[in-house]
Amino acid sequence: MIRGRAWKFGDDVNTDVIMPGKYLAMRNPELIAPYIMEGIDPDFGKKARPGDIIVAGKNFGCGSSRETAPGGLKAFGIGAVIAPTFARIFLRNAVNIGLPVLECPAAAAGIREGDLVAVDVASGRITDETTGAIYHAAPFPPFLQELIAAGGLVNYARKRLGLA
Amino acid sequence: MGLTITEKILASHAGKAAVEPGEFIIARPDMVMGNDLSTAGAIGVLKQMGATKVFDPEKVVIVFDHLVPAKDIQAADLLKGVRQWVREQGIALFYDEGRHGIAHIILPEQGLALPGDLIIGGDSHSCTYGAVGAFSTGVGHTDLAGVLALGEIWLKVPASIKFTYHGTLGPWIMGKDLILATIGKIGIDGALYQAMEFRGPALATLGMSERLTMCNMAIEAGGKSGIIVPDGMTLAYVKERARRPWTVYQSDPDARYVAEYDFEITGMRPQVAKPFSPDNVVSVDEVAGTPLDQVFIGSCTNAKLEDLRIAARILRGKKAHAGTRLIVIPASTWIWNQALKEGLLEIFAEAGAAVSTPTCGACFGGHMGILGAGEVCLSTSNRNFVGRMGHPTAQSYLANPAVAAASAIKGCIAAPEEVGA
Repeated sequence: MIRGRAWKFGDDVNTDVIMPGKYLAMRNPELIAPYIMEGIDPDFGKKARPGDIIVAGKNFGCGSSRETAPGGLKAFGIGAVIAPTFARIFLRNAVNIGLPVLECPAAAAGIREGDLVAVDVASGRITDETTGAIYHAAPFPPFLQELIAAGGLVNYARKRLGLA
Repeated sequence: MGLTITEKILASHAGKAAVEPGEFIIARPDMVMGNDLSTAGAIGVLKQMGATKVFDPEKVVIVFDHLVPAKDIQAADLLKGVRQWVREQGIALFYDEGRHGIAHIILPEQGLALPGDLIIGGDSHSCTYGAVGAFSTGVGHTDLAGVLALGEIWLKVPASIKFTYHGTLGPWIMGKDLILATIGKIGIDGALYQAMEFRGPALATLGMSERLTMCNMAIEAGGKSGIIVPDGMTLAYVKERARRPWTVYQSDPDARYVAEYDFEITGMRPQVAKPFSPDNVVSVDEVAGTPLDQVFIGSCTNAKLEDLRIAARILRGKKAHAGTRLIVIPASTWIWNQALKEGLLEIFAEAGAAVSTPTCGACFGGHMGILGAGEVCLSTSNRNFVGRMGHPTAQSYLANPAVAAASAIKGCIAAPEEVGA
């Protein structure tokens, strides 16, 4: 179970603001983690705490394919991202590296900034513990569920290569 | 029920007779592209996967574009690591400094992206190769590592949207204007998870350079891919470049589309995307007169030879405005050399431009023209999000190379006819 405070963002949050281009040559996710969301809120990395949850509008993660965007969020310790829809490359990247992402328009609209939110990734159940509201994210298609259950693409590839 | 070109290409690469939108497939690509950044990321993931060899070195192309020539020590070390890995893997299709350029221009130019191909690229603008009738899409570096290790990738078959362009192109109207108008109409997620198929009588008159620009920006509408069914223009282009056979697919007359849009382009004015989103599109006339600190003619969207020729036609014998910096970055080494031979680089230099060796450069805020606080730029590139080209308070407007050249001369956003073009 993931449990943390909600931070709200609007529609079409793009990867240039999640992780600006100047950090692209830095390969270590731990080093870029303090700069997440810098393009929208330069202080986010100071205000947010590991375990916190990002609740955003439609098309989260649009634009550049940079994996430092979901990678930075994961390295910071962001518990999950909840949005009505995700841009497709961001969604693939997040699933591949094991950053929990949940598609749920009702939760994205209903959860307020600062609410305490609990997420059960396996069932897709999202509980707003501040208001008591309960939401259910759309389940991923079975193929993606398998990939998530395998622990992401690295483990999936190891199995396909006969190494695990 | 008929199939779209996208469904046919995906079916053939998944070993199936037909596929349906929404279906998950495992597909085997003809070509896999990694750039300096995504390859560096993938090398680390390949180690975690335990994969010591790429699936087929002849189907892998590595292109240095984001950080070349090395912009700092960190970049130099990154490039060094990728070079060593490329040698170890025996990858011959390697575009290092001196042969380099922006991957999305190198692949079609060098005949590495062909009709009917399935291409996976470690960069979001990998959708560009749809202009030759290939299915191509961008991925992150973990996916890139997966496909390099396994020679296969999972894909969800996208539904297709049909975009039909009617009418006649006016002077200085380019593929950039058509795609900006399209993104402006459907929005930044208007084609989310879907394939954008561009067609129509007006499109048929567009050269390959314009078609590449249109497919390049499919991602700016959230598209998984952009694609144009090959015609005589496409085949003439690939015939002089291809080093392996290709397959031409058509969309069936009864193929299914989830949406259809029609555009009448007769009388269209040059289009400009205002800060801070590529779908914030207006006519150039609405923003004419906006003062500019910098004009950037570059990127995988609009720094091809044809783009440079158009900019040079307007800049010939003229000077960039004293208060406006002009930066020109040809998209590939071949283009740079051609531009030199044709005298285009001389025109830019005499106009007061800073002309650089190929690189993505300022487009992604990497180097070669980063914007400072509050600065305003007009760019021929593809994204103008907050902080994209530098400081979060800097602003970028996106337009075609003719508008860029005219704006550089005037020192403010201007239509080409304002400078007598």
